[in-house]
Amino acid sequence: MPSEAVQEYTVAQGRAKSFYARYARKEELQHQTHYCPGCGHGIIHKMLARAIDELDVQDRTILIGPVGCSVFTYYYFDVGNVQAAHGRAPAVATAMKRSRPGSIVISYQGDGDLSAIGAAEILHAANRGENISVIFVNNAIYSMTGGQVAPTTLIGQKSTTTPEGRRAANEGYPLHVSELLATLEAPVYIERVGLGDNKQIAQATRAIRRAVEDQARGLGFSLVEVLAPCPTIWKMNPVDAQRWVRDVMEKTFPLGVFRDHTKEAALRPASQPAPALDEIPRLLGLAEEDLPTGNGCMLARETNVDLQVRIAGFGGQGVLLLGEVLAEAGLVAGLEVSWLPSYGPEMRSGTSNCHVRLSSQPVDSPLVSVPSVLVAMNEPSLCKFDLTVRRGGWVIYNGDTFPGDCMRDGVHVLALPFTRLADELGDPRAANMVMLGALLEIDGVLPQASIDAALHRLVKNPRWIELDERALARGRELLKDALRRGSLAKEPCAEA
Amino acid sequence: MVKGERIETKKQDRGWLRIDGEECKGCGLCIEACPPKVIAMSEELNHFGYRTAIFAGAGCTGCGVCFMVCPEPGAITVFRAAVRHVEASGHANAGIEEAISCASN
Repeated sequence: MPSEAVQEYTVAQGRAKSFYARYARKEELQHQTHYCPGCGHGIIHKMLARAIDELDVQDRTILIGPVGCSVFTYYYFDVGNVQAAHGRAPAVATAMKRSRPGSIVISYQGDGDLSAIGAAEILHAANRGENISVIFVNNAIYSMTGGQVAPTTLIGQKSTTTPEGRRAANEGYPLHVSELLATLEAPVYIERVGLGDNKQIAQATRAIRRAVEDQARGLGFSLVEVLAPCPTIWKMNPVDAQRWVRDVMEKTFPLGVFRDHTKEAALRPASQPAPALDEIPRLLGLAEEDLPTGNGCMLARETNVDLQVRIAGFGGQGVLLLGEVLAEAGLVAGLEVSWLPSYGPEMRSGTSNCHVRLSSQPVDSPLVSVPSVLVAMNEPSLCKFDLTVRRGGWVIYNGDTFPGDCMRDGVHVLALPFTRLADELGDPRAANMVMLGALLEIDGVLPQASIDAALHRLVKNPRWIELDERALARGRELLKDALRRGSLAKEPCAEA
Repeated sequence: MVKGERIETKKQDRGWLRIDGEECKGCGLCIEACPPKVIAMSEELNHFGYRTAIFAGAGCTGCGVCFMVCPEPGAITVFRAAVRHVEASGHANAGIEEAISCASN
């Protein structure tokens, strides 16, 4: 770039390091933000990015994005990003800061987000004095949704829901968040700044830097309220909108420092780390002999397991218990497991299903959308989930004949009247355990001892334990028989 | 895009701007904010249909106010000449304070 003429010039101001060079948004607009011309968010983003750059905390900053126009902060800031549910950013920020005390956590929120739906969250986060920085962008209206009245809307200001202008008698008075929070004891730094002219902008830049700096120094809660223009919803050109901040908004929301304990604030102690796993029995006052015995059936470390099972049927068929026994056995065997039930409000006769994952790696998601084994305890469940089974997977179906319209290639099918087979053992309700027996025989990775242990943990009645054990053994036999006959591969096995 | 190539003046300016005509959305805040008024609005529209800010040349002090009021992260880049009373590594704040003292927005 530098030509002969500009060789002696150096960059004094330019794109902050904390911004991405290109934004992962719409294909042909990746070089510019999604904000309207003259939007306050862009200006505040730059102040924040600059503060992060200057304090050199980019690699440990976590920015919590809100709901509103600034929901897309993660497109722009090259830092850790989390997008919180509407108004919940301070709660998310609390969790982030407490679990990673070394990070710099910044909650970036608009006025609809912070002062309306999230009013409780910000109040309590401030009252606890969480060591986070909050940037509160106040443009006196709900902009993203098209200009409805907000708690911060000025008296007389028109919005789509106050077409005659806000009246105190009907919509109340503008909420002064900074003043309100300044009545609390815990906050360290609260200031209201504006984007109304150059001078205000320079002050806002300093305030935002200070909010982040206070956190980096470990002092506690800080909030900067920024009066920002919204030219689009205010129906003004950007320059008039900027003036309006200074000439009109500022009268209702006076600028200034409402709390500043930066100098005298004591260092806020970092949150205690969670106790180590071994510590927990002692904390709970449990005696050594009361602890469950360690599992003696740990799988070899190198065993590679990734079993994804979907179990479905009517409520009352034992769908969830089947999944629970499987997951518990995996747990006993030392695997990572997840069990996710999904059922309607009915206790009986509704449909229910559960997702079970057993893995030698940490489970990333408890959802099983492409199961390797489907256990379908009735026909509607089969029809619903049959097509989701991965190629080479298994379908275990409770029924004599496999419905023709559910036929498909590439999966192994075991279709048997499990309910009747369980009845022969003594109770039709043990059908789930017969099916589990077959499933365990397919996979074969879980040691029998882990299954016995799981069964004893989950089933209390000795009569049922005895029946379930026989049912499991029967299930294993049934699969072995079917395999011996070689009637399984990719063909429905229709036999009694 | 260097819309306003540096215009040669007899006395060298302290500052110089590069305005990215693709990133600028033409809000005009920089034009309003600039103390020595060296930014103007283009006559032509850019690829996205915006008139954009252009560096109109001569007189830039490199104060950086335009950069701070601009809502786009990289639309404006401010260059400053290595002047004697500014340290080589000196950050822009000094310039901003200076500009504010003379700004009449």
